[in-house]
Formats: sequence, C-alpha cells, structure tokens
Amino acid sequence: MGEPLLFEKSRPGRAGVSVPSRDVPATEIPPALQRQSLPLPEVAEVDVVRHYLRLAHLNYCVDEGLYPLGSCTMKYNPKVNEVAARLPGLARIHPLQDPSTAQGAMELMADLQAMIAEIGGFHSVSLQPSAGAHGELVGILVIKAWHAARGDTKRTRILVPDSAHGTNPASTTMAGLEAVEIPSDSRGNVDLLHLRAQLDERTAGLMLTNPNTLGLFDENLLQITKLVHDAGGLVYGDGANFNAILGVAKPGLMGIDVMHFNLHKTFSTPHGGGGPGSGAVGVVQALADFLPGPVVASRGGGTGSARSGTAPRYEWRTPPRSIGRVKSFHGNFGVLVRAWTYIRMHGAEGLRAIAENAVLNANYLQARLAGVLPIPHGDRTCMHEFVAQGKIPGAPDIRALDISKRLIDYGFHPPTNYFPLIVPEALMIEPTETENLETLDSFVEAVTTIAKEAVAEPDLLHEAPHTSPVRRLDEVKAARELKVTAGG
Amino acid sequence: MDSKVDPALRYAKTHEWVRIEGAEAVIGISDYAQNKLSDIVFVDLPAVGKELKAAAACMVIESVKAAEEVFAPVSGTVVERNESLVKKPEVVNSDPFGAGWLVRVKLSAPAEVSGLMDAAAYTAYLGTL
Amino acid sequence: MSFIPNTDADRARMLQTVGTSSTAELFHDVPASHRFPTLDLPPALSEQEVLAELDRRARRNAHEGPCFLGAGAYRHFIPSVVDYVISRSEFATAYTPYQPEISQGTLQAIFEYQSMIARLTGMEVSNASHYDGATSTAEAVIMALNVAQGERRGVVLSAGLHPHYREVVRTYTQGMKLEVTGDDADTGPSELAGSCTSSTACVVVQNPDFFGRIISPSDMAALAAAVHAAGALLVTVVNPISLGVLVPPGEAGADVAVGEGQSLGNAISFGGPYLGFFAFRREHVRKSSGRIAGETVDHDGHRGFVFTLSTREQHIRREKATSNICTNQSLNALAAAAYLAAMGPGGLRQVAELCWHKAHYAARQIAALPGYSVQDGEFFHEFVARCPRPVAEINRRLQEKHGIIGGYDLSLNYPDRKNQMLLCCTELNSREQIDGLCAALSEVGNG
Repeated sequence: MGEPLLFEKSRPGRAGVSVPSRDVPATEIPPALQRQSLPLPEVAEVDVVRHYLRLAHLNYCVDEGLYPLGSCTMKYNPKVNEVAARLPGLARIHPLQDPSTAQGAMELMADLQAMIAEIGGFHSVSLQPSAGAHGELVGILVIKAWHAARGDTKRTRILVPDSAHGTNPASTTMAGLEAVEIPSDSRGNVDLLHLRAQLDERTAGLMLTNPNTLGLFDENLLQITKLVHDAGGLVYGDGANFNAILGVAKPGLMGIDVMHFNLHKTFSTPHGGGGPGSGAVGVVQALADFLPGPVVASRGGGTGSARSGTAPRYEWRTPPRSIGRVKSFHGNFGVLVRAWTYIRMHGAEGLRAIAENAVLNANYLQARLAGVLPIPHGDRTCMHEFVAQGKIPGAPDIRALDISKRLIDYGFHPPTNYFPLIVPEALMIEPTETENLETLDSFVEAVTTIAKEAVAEPDLLHEAPHTSPVRRLDEVKAARELKVTAGG
Repeated sequence: MDSKVDPALRYAKTHEWVRIEGAEAVIGISDYAQNKLSDIVFVDLPAVGKELKAAAACMVIESVKAAEEVFAPVSGTVVERNESLVKKPEVVNSDPFGAGWLVRVKLSAPAEVSGLMDAAAYTAYLGTL
Repeated sequence: MSFIPNTDADRARMLQTVGTSSTAELFHDVPASHRFPTLDLPPALSEQEVLAELDRRARRNAHEGPCFLGAGAYRHFIPSVVDYVISRSEFATAYTPYQPEISQGTLQAIFEYQSMIARLTGMEVSNASHYDGATSTAEAVIMALNVAQGERRGVVLSAGLHPHYREVVRTYTQGMKLEVTGDDADTGPSELAGSCTSSTACVVVQNPDFFGRIISPSDMAALAAAVHAAGALLVTVVNPISLGVLVPPGEAGADVAVGEGQSLGNAISFGGPYLGFFAFRREHVRKSSGRIAGETVDHDGHRGFVFTLSTREQHIRREKATSNICTNQSLNALAAAAYLAAMGPGGLRQVAELCWHKAHYAARQIAALPGYSVQDGEFFHEFVARCPRPVAEINRRLQEKHGIIGGYDLSLNYPDRKNQMLLCCTELNSREQIDGLCAALSEVGNG
C-alpha cells in the first residue's frame, strides 16, 4: 500500500524541531503584517524520518543496480564526493564573503575551470550554468553576441539535427533565434547535402550532439565543423554524451566553438532525482569575452589556474563583453566540488579509461543484443550508448514501452524510451563504465527472456510491471483532473 | 487504422473539418486527427472575437503525449466556442464530428471553402498517408 | 583511483564478443589526428589524498566566525533530519522520474513539496523547482509574456529587486525584443503601478526587498489592483522564511510568487546548488514552465503520482516549449520539503520571529552607535546601516581583528549608496555575536 501524504499524517500540536528561545528583547511585529494561518503539516521528527524512508523504498536508484537510461550517463556516484561537498569550510561559506576569506573555494573553482578547459580543448570556462539546458542557452546567447559584436545581425538561424535533445530547439527559441531541423543520413550522421543546402548568411550556428543520440560518433565531424565555419557560423557542442570521448578527443580542437559539460553526468555528481546539475560552458579564445560571469581569475592572469609554486590570489572577474549572469552568485558550487574531486581522483589516464570502458560496455551489450532486438545502426561501432528497437518478431502488439515495463520486473531500470524520435520504438541503452560484466550479462538474459515472453505470453508484458510499488499509472486522468497539490 | 469521415463536411489537409451554416461555419478536427492525438486532455479554445486566418494556427489541442496546433480551415471571426470542452475535452475523441466541435466562426472569405476537400477526396487523401 | 569494476580478463572476453582487438580500436570514428591527445592534468589521487587536498582548501575559507551577510543567501540552522533525507541513495542517486512505477518516492515528495510551497506562498499551484531565485524570476517574466500571448512586450522591474535577479531577467530575455524598465530609480509601489501601461506584461517586486524593506499588505494589494487593471500580472519575489510570519503574496494579490528556496534547509555552499520556487494561480498552469507532479491512480486503482502537463515541455514541444528547462533542483526541493515538514507551521514561525527580533535588536544597537544610522521603515531580518566610512574598509577590519564577516557592501551595485552596509540576522546570530558586532563596528567606525 502507498505511503500517506504528510498532510494526512498531520496532527495539531506535533512538531519535528526545537527552536532556541529568544535571547534578545522582543520587538513588536505589527499585526497588519502577520499572516493568519499557515497550513503546513504538523508532524514529529520520527514521522518525518519514517515518511521519507518509506518514500525512499519506492524509488529505484543507481546504488541499487543498473540504470541504463540512454544519454543520462547514470554511472555510480562515488561516496567521497558527498563527504567533500559537506566539508564545513566548503558548505558553510557565503557566496558574497570577501574573496580574501574564500581563497580556498576560489582556487578550487579556478582549478576546475582550468581542468575542464584542458579536457575539452577550450580556452576559457564559465562554471555558472546550473544544468545542460542552462549551458545551451548560454552557448546560443554567446554565439549570438559574437555575431552581433561583428555587426552581423542577419544571422538568425540555428541548425539542429533531428537526432537532438528537445532542449536544443527550445534553447534556440529562448535565445530569440530560429531552430532549423537537419535530417540524419542512412548511417546516422548529419546529412551533409541538407546541411550544405541550409548553410548561408542567415546561419548563426549549428548545435551538434557528438556522439549523437544514436550513440554514434559522426564520421564527418571535421567536415561538418569546417562547412559551418566556412559559411560564417559557429558550432555549439551539446556535451550530454561527453562520457564517450573523455580523454579520447578534445572537442575544442575539432571545430566545436562552445560546449556545455554536464558535470552531473560525465563527472559523477549524483542526479538527485532531477537535479541539481551543473552545465559548465567552455569556449574557444574568440568567444572568451562573452562568457557569463563572474568567473574566477588569478590576479594578473587569465581565467585559468596558475599551477605554480606560489599561491596565486583569486578574484572574481566578469568577462568584458559578457552576455550577463545567468544565475545568482557563481554556480552550483556543491556540484563543482564533487566534479573537482572526481577529476582529481582520475588524472588523464583515469579519465581515458572511463571513456574506454563505457564504450566497451556499450559495444558488448550491442553485440549481445543484436540477435534479440533490431538495432538500426548495429553495423557500426557505437560509442557509450546505442539505440535498439522494441520490436519483436512474432509479437506484433508489443511496443518498446512494454519491454521497458517488463524489465522493471527483472530488477532493472528501463532504457530511455521513444528517444531519439527518428527511430520508431526506440530503446536507448547506456550502460556506463561502472557496470561489471556479470550485470551486463544478466541484463542481456532478461531482455532475451522478455523477447520469448512477448511471443508466448504477451499480456505479461502489456500489464507489466507486476512487482513494482505501483502498476502502470493513468496519465490521462492526471492531465484531465490536474490535481497538483494536496487537497487542491 | 480505419478513420470515419463524415460525408456532409469539407476537410483541410491538416485534418480540420468545416460545416457551412449560412454565413457561418462550424470547425472541428477529424476522426483521423483525434485518433492520432490519442486521449485529449485539453483544448485551448481561441477567444470569441478572435480573427482566424485560413491555414494559420488558431489553437492547440493537447493529449498526454502531444500538443498539436489546429489550423483554421477558413478565415473568419470566432462567434462561439464549445465551452463544454473545457470540462470534457475527451468529447473530441468520442464524437469529433458532433459534440466535439471546436468553434463557430463568421466567415470572412466564404470562397475559401471551395478550396477544401469533400468527403470523397479526404477519404482518398487519408488512403495516401 | 578508479570506479571501474571490470578486470583485464573481463575486457578481453568482451572485446572477443565485440570482435575487436583493443578498446582503442573502438574509437576509429574519431579523426585519427585528434585521437588520444595529451591531457595536462595533475596526477590521480587516492581518496585519502584527495580529501587532504580538499581539507587544505576548505581551511582557507572563513566559515566559523559570526556572519551578518545575507543579500540573497542566508545562513539558517538545518535540522539533522534534512541531511538524513537527502543523503538517502534512493533520492540522491535516482534520475528524473521518467518511470513512475519505480519513482513514486521522488514523485510523491515533489507533490508534497508543491503542496507546501503553494500553502506557504498562498498560491494555488507550484512547480517542481527552477535553478534558483533569479532564474525563477526570469521564468516568471517569460510566463507573463506567454499569458499575454506575445502581445505585451513591457516588463517593469522594481529597483528593490535583487541586482542579480534583474541582471538574469535581462540575460534571459535579451533575444526577445522586450522593454525592461522601472529599476533605474528607487521608487515605491505606487510609482511602479503608475509605470504600468497597456503593453506591460508584468511588474516584478521583491518583498521584503533587496534592502530588507517590507511593502505592507495594503500597499501590495493596491499595487496588485493597479497592475491587474492594466491587464498585467504581478510577480512577487519573496523570502520563504519571512512567510513563517508575514502575509503571503497570494493573499496580497500576486499572480506569481517566486524566490530563493535555499533558506529552507539547504546549505549556503558558496552560492549553490539552491532552488528557485515558483508558485502561481491555477489559471496560468498551461503557460508555466518546469516540471509538475500530479496525482492519479494506477492500473489497480491505487493512488500514485506522475509528471503531468509534459506537453508544455521541451522534450515534446521542442522549439515551442514554455522553457528549455530539463534538469532542475529536485534534491534541493526535497531538502526544502523535509525542512518544512520538520519545522511545521510552529517551528517556521518561531524561526521567522527570531530573525525579526534579532535583526531589530541589532538595528537598534547599531543606530545608537556614533557615526552610524539605520534606514527607516519596516523590515524583516535585513536592514541598511549607514556607516562612517567605506564598508570595504570596515569589513576588512571586522574580519582581520574580530573574525566577523560583516554585511554586504551596497556600493558594489549602487555607487550612490556609499558607506551603506546591508546587514542580516538569523536565528544563528546570538545576542553575544550581535553585541560583539556592535562593539567592533563602534571601534572600527571611530578608529
């Protein structure tokens, strides 16, 4: 049975905290300013703990098992990250305290800016954006500002491949530009003919996810970036899939001008059930002046960290032609601390090993599932993920969703469903590097068994999941009745 | 998927229908369109008095999975909205040609109607999709 | 250090299945000239070493002494139960709940969070959170533009709105061809109402404002009436702790209530991660942005929760979405919910009252110091002190001689507010600390 709402557990007079008594003289609060009621739940501390523990038991998480959600990079989150972010000297500092009293934190941010720039092949990095989509908005605004600064105001179109995440066209619109869709070719690459046809003096840039959402590294990457540059445009890199090429290639050296990094994917910071994240943005030298600020600068130097023997002094600096700040203060610092910790524990070789093992795990799964599910681009080597189809011969009524829901009964989180949109019945599978061979084998075994069930006993799939805390939920009722608050 | 086509109506390629009633027209979406959308949860009806332009988006219909624009099949001014859809949008699914009508407009360019398909042409068109 | 479980033997077996001789070969699609570059990074550290490195940095940050800084981020006591809840792996290491059958914990927690934020602000609906107070404010402006169906391009910002929030609104909307005005002079609510025209989409006010000043419920209601008469929306930015005692924006006519939720159980953590709460009137729900959890039933008729109204969002509506937001601040919203659950209405009220009494005590003491004076009018837990010398100088002395972190130097954002310091007191500031601050200010101011 479900856990009652906190509101249903509330009893007048119960409290979960004790507040210190007043140690200063009272000052009257004018009655006209005061609210009359505050209908929050009234529960004891033990009620709070039991409530959330019972809710926790209704969730599946990475710490429980495989979470092969394509493009989400649900890797294991090292526990040391949590200790790091909670160090009092990092967790209890105020963002506006004088820089002289926060040099340790600023040094850490400067290090991270420099390490991300080095990993991505970029000149400068801003740690301010809070998530991938936030970084995209920054990137497109930077591209727009760069064109404007050159007096080129006709460039109003951003080209977006049809395999892109929905955030790409949405970010483009938010930035006041027009998204133009570019189809993929039969090998899953950007269709060069269409790209060429769309490139003109209206092109502000191209948003490229590479490896793309089919899990493929575009075979024509250098040609694509050159074509866009030759047409006067810039190339935005969506870094959601960067785990595949971490330490293997530097996007900034392959013609990507600006890119966001999902620190909550590639650099292992926990996703928290939907955030917080961090969408740090790296740019080539020509775009450095447009980044959102402030960024950390070492006095007398650029925005990087001086790794010299003498302790540098760090200060806040807003780039001279900044697009402006995109959040209050400096970024999701607690997330940055975790990412810093992760990178420092790996070094160059360790980072490359992450990509190699992530890609090997994905190719192993792709090879083993090849006979079980259709894999449209299975003839190619995939990167960190691949896209299979939820279609099973002899089971015409079975859809990707049914397979996903049945996987839950076998103790796995399902892959990403129905994305990318260009593959019908898509199941996008990303195992990450932190899964071992036995886990991958048991996943293959589960999919194989489900494929047999689909033919022999399809209702098992249609009605799945059977073992989860709740069964399939009525989304139509939720949308029609729209009950979005307790008692509301 | 077999879709019903009401023989008395005229249709746009974007799957809206029109029923001419003198100087006015009633507008809705076809059975094919409601089927494609699946369970409709919300219809964002345009306000009375709003000028609709033929072939331009005039409202959005939402299902759980999609939000699709409805394109005005003809130009005109909205004179009445099907207010019952506010509470029961699912009627567009169950009775797209009848109780699931969307708006009534006063035609501003009645000649446009001749550019729409009749039921036979629309049925043939559906066969090509 | 590595978190990769597979051994060389595992890899050899897997490569055989894949039909490749080495992992390096898997990257043949990467242009050869760019494959496997040198990375100039510091060498890998063990867990023990990395913690020592972090500790060295953490110790260089002042964090133990009294602190009177606020200005948008606030130090409050966080009950132990909050960190317990957000540390649970089931919440911390789950993704956005795309599979509701195995994400009911997150979804119900968000539903409860929405319910508590709606009640706290006096609004009808809340989303699952935005990145922070500043981005929530920008999203509120965009929602108002959508409510006006693109036909109103004016945005009026109060000068009392946090300078970062005003900047973020401008950054977000720079491509939208808007007229953002109102904040060039520090005016009261009636002047703001007067600047509202038929092309205004919304008016944004902060209450208590950046300088700590409270706009009374009657002035807010008058502003709301004027804004509504012009056909615009009133967006109110509020401090959630203040709502433990003050009249909420929903009761004073606001259409949208947003703000920084950090004070609710989230570590101050040098500026993030925080959460932006976002609450509004129900009629605007389809123009709103961000995720929203809703109640429904499962196949067997049992109550359950799902994300609803997804068709507003980027993954379905793509370029026509109400916002590009995807990842938000779920774990921070969970902290806020656990905090509000533990505090309850009584605890929250007590904390709000402590903030009030301590700040007012501090203001009286400082006003009595030679050379100092304090801004008039009602305030909550922040106030402006006029000082006898530049704030930067005072703060340096407070820090170096007394180990005190002083207030915010307003001249950093407002050149005409020379020698003005924005001070904040919360329940964490004891009388002893406040007396110590006053003694130090007195010494510094006259030294």
